Amino acid sequence: MDGGLDLLQKQLVDYVASLFNEFNQIQSLQDESNPDFVVEVVSLFFEDSEKLLNELAKSLDQQDVDFKKVDAHVHQLKGSSSSIGAQRVQNACATFRHYCDEKNIEGCLTCLQQVRNEYFLVKGKLEILLKVTKQSTSRHSYSQLHS
Amino acid sequence: MGMAAESHEFHVLAVDDSHIDRKLIERLLKTSSYQVTTVDSGSKALEFLGLQEDELSHPNQPSVSPSSQQDVQVNLIITDYCMPGMTGYDLLKKIKESSSLRDIPVVIMSSDNVPSRISRCLEEGAEEFFLKPVRMSDVNKLRPHMLKAKYRSQDREKQEDQEQITESQDEGGDKKHPRRLQQLQLQKPNNNKRKSMDEGLSPDRTRPRYNGLTVL
Repeated sequence: MDGGLDLLQKQLVDYVASLFNEFNQIQSLQDESNPDFVVEVVSLFFEDSEKLLNELAKSLDQQDVDFKKVDAHVHQLKGSSSSIGAQRVQNACATFRHYCDEKNIEGCLTCLQQVRNEYFLVKGKLEILLKVTKQSTSRHSYSQLHS
Repeated sequence: MGMAAESHEFHVLAVDDSHIDRKLIERLLKTSSYQVTTVDSGSKALEFLGLQEDELSHPNQPSVSPSSQQDVQVNLIITDYCMPGMTGYDLLKKIKESSSLRDIPVVIMSSDNVPSRISRCLEEGAEEFFLKPVRMSDVNKLRPHMLKAKYRSQDREKQEDQEQITESQDEGGDKKHPRRLQQLQLQKPNNNKRKSMDEGLSPDRTRPRYNGLTVL
């Protein structure tokens, strides 16, 4: 019976370790002299992204959609997700931009949904990362998760 | 100027409209022990550098401290390409057109890999073009450009000092002192180097060619 729990625990540790690898870029910029760096940048990413997603929904809801404005917002979101390492959000944004170029409202709406989904997926991951980062910083058990 | 400490020896101005990217580039630069100033637009960058723009944007910017041109010493400017209003390319052009700023090395960053964009920037005088997300390995490429610019300005200062000394020594006004011409020639090590290489390996050469020249 213990075996099942151990396996689950191991899977969790492996999963968290993979998150550290996935977001290795920003992770590598954190150190003792800047213990809050990851928290700051990720929090900023959450704020910016959710603001942009709201703006996008509003812009696409207009009678006369300003596709240039929509594209500008998507470009911003693409940029920040690329910087943080959120690959899937970045890719979804790239597809979104094509529909903006074509001024295809249906395509844009579908893409917005897609980008939203990817964003909330990565948000979940990043929240776990933040939690573990905070714990690690206080307990200095960083090395356990870095293979 | 004497001995500057290794850390904070160079001051980098980073320009990017994205808050996240400003934070990231600042961290990367500070990790390399550079002094960093970040601004969110090209016009604010020019303001910081001492150049006034025709159309002034909001003058109240908490992140930029107003400083006189003499106090500001910027050793490198790293700027995003895609920015509303003044693009990184526009900023690059304005810097290269300015007699006071054109010697500051400029690096462009962009999230889009557009070959024509890259070559246009390099042709306009950008030292490097980094694709975002910018990595530590990119930031490591900045130091040589700043060192080169520093030595170039030091050489120029030395040359100006040299000319001043010789001028004060000259008694005869219009008369071109032959020794002075010789000294000026010695101040251009590159030309002499090229000439001596063209002349080939002369068997008569008994002593090193660079005798009398400053070797860096």
